[in-house]
Amino acid sequence: MLDKSLIGHEFEPVTVEVEKGQLKFFAKATGETNAVYFDEDTARAAGHPSLPAPPTFAFSLSLLSPEPFSTLTLFNVDIGRVLHGEQRFSYSGQIYAEDRITLKQRIRDVYDKKGGALEFIVQETEATNQHAEVVGLSTTVTVVRNG
Amino acid sequence: MTIEFDSVEVGDELPEHVSPEITRHVLALFCGSSGDHNPMHVDIDFAKSSGMSDVFAHGMLSMAYLAQLLTHWVPQSQLREWNVRFLAITPVHVRVKCTGKIIEKFTSDGENLVRLDINAHTDAGSHTLAGEAVIALN
Repeated sequence: MLDKSLIGHEFEPVTVEVEKGQLKFFAKATGETNAVYFDEDTARAAGHPSLPAPPTFAFSLSLLSPEPFSTLTLFNVDIGRVLHGEQRFSYSGQIYAEDRITLKQRIRDVYDKKGGALEFIVQETEATNQHAEVVGLSTTVTVVRNG
Repeated sequence: MTIEFDSVEVGDELPEHVSPEITRHVLALFCGSSGDHNPMHVDIDFAKSSGMSDVFAHGMLSMAYLAQLLTHWVPQSQLREWNVRFLAITPVHVRVKCTGKIIEKFTSDGENLVRLDINAHTDAGSHTLAGEAVIALN
């Protein structure tokens, strides 16, 4: 069983640079056709200072940090046993290429279903840019298969 | 074309967005570009050792396709919040069909907002993601 005493655990904040090449690579991998996400001239013509990070990219930033699976390490869970259960994003700003984004992550809840056959870790990540503006909040529910 | 609050109604559907086929190559590219290096999505030996018959697509790849459904409809700056539940795994060699429908028009903090029901299905018929999005319209 997962250690419920870890509810409320806060990780050390990590700061990640948003790399332009990574955003272009992400656009290519996802078959993106809207040039605002991979062509800087198009992005500027649309009023952006640089390439915007697409709506799910904040999730990737935490994975591109030096300790991408820190939650699994914290709970001592094998990566082969986990599934992504739910994902939520809310936005109060825009992340751009070359921003430096600080991610503050905490464990909000841990619960189980089906007599413990499935366990759930709810994690919140707040993203703040180099201007100290909170740009978004993401919530991830990870499912651990015990069967 | 700008989508305006007064010109949309509950029940209106967004133009459907269909992904390219999810090949193993797409999964390799998404592994590198998304930072999600979980071997479950690219290493069939690892997937089999974890009790799966094959690799399967990252849930966040399908969510990225759903994001494109939204950002091809309105600029990203109008997206306020959204969520999905991952209902079923997405196998290789399918396309992901993303759909959205307006289910509510409302005003909050002086903003005109619409709530969308959003879904992803594979072209093999599996319902993979379900959620909602809140979008601001002028």
